[in-house]
Amino acid sequence: MSAEMIFGLITGISFGFLLQKGGVVRYDKQLGALRFKDMTILKFMLSAIIVGMVGIHFFEIFGLVQLLYKPVVLGENIAGGLIFGLGWGLLGYCPGTQGGALGEGRWDSLWGILGMIVGAGVYAETYPLLMDRFLDWGISATFPCPSCLV
Amino acid sequence: MEQKSVENGGWSPYLAGGLSGLVIIVSVLWTGKFFGASTSFVRSVGMLENYFDPERVAQLDYFVRYLPKFDWQLLFVIGIFVGSLIASLSSNTFKWQGVPDMWAERFGTNPALRGIVAFIGGIIAMYGARLAGGCPSGHGLSGIIQLAVSGLIAMVFFFVGGIIMARLVYCGGNCK
Repeated sequence: MSAEMIFGLITGISFGFLLQKGGVVRYDKQLGALRFKDMTILKFMLSAIIVGMVGIHFFEIFGLVQLLYKPVVLGENIAGGLIFGLGWGLLGYCPGTQGGALGEGRWDSLWGILGMIVGAGVYAETYPLLMDRFLDWGISATFPCPSCLV
Repeated sequence: MEQKSVENGGWSPYLAGGLSGLVIIVSVLWTGKFFGASTSFVRSVGMLENYFDPERVAQLDYFVRYLPKFDWQLLFVIGIFVGSLIASLSSNTFKWQGVPDMWAERFGTNPALRGIVAFIGGIIAMYGARLAGGCPSGHGLSGIIQLAVSGLIAMVFFFVGGIIMARLVYCGGNCK
């Protein structure tokens, strides 16, 4: 294993540990947020974003970090976002956190993991068609928020 | 480190979330890459299909773009499982459960029904995540941390879709 792979594993273990400690991997917490009953996952996510955002941009000033954002493609981001959301509302787990849900014994996430593997396969099958017809919908550009504000 | 006990052995989500932010910073400093989870599912299915039908995999453009190989992000996703296992065992919150409490209140404790819906939900969610170009990890955390517009848009629509479906599943908040 390369150093990069080992670091990926260490990052995952630390992140999974914190996800579980924060209690955000559970179905009840995820659906709780979507039903406006329990905002634990938002508290967790936004805290991570605030800390990470400050740190990443701080190190970016000194050239220690290079930003790598994904391009904006409105059609993809909006349609894909909506479709993901609909599936998320049924499953109640995210691609990243359901491994954590399995880790704390919530084994219904196994079905979600299997479904996601199938879903990725279905996407790969339909990708050429999407590429022809839809994937260039909307503006396509790579820009960060600060530059769209000024 | 101050630990605020929320639910038997849990930490405050603000604390756990803030520390996760630090984990992200260290990880980016070290590897120069931002993590995401959904690409790993593409690589995984590619590896599985390679086992049965390598010719088909070679034909699909998507597996050319995302080569079916074991990479650091897949280890990241596996690491989440391990980390959560350690955390839950160390705090006695590990619970072998196939039907979530909230689901059981609404639909009963039949694990088959829950399994079918979770499986279908997984297919839809991953299809959407690949179309959007990421999931709540890649777009939501890694994207918004960089102030990427794509991440903000995707995250808003993740929640819009999720809220719509949650209202459908739990009858608009009128039932328990």
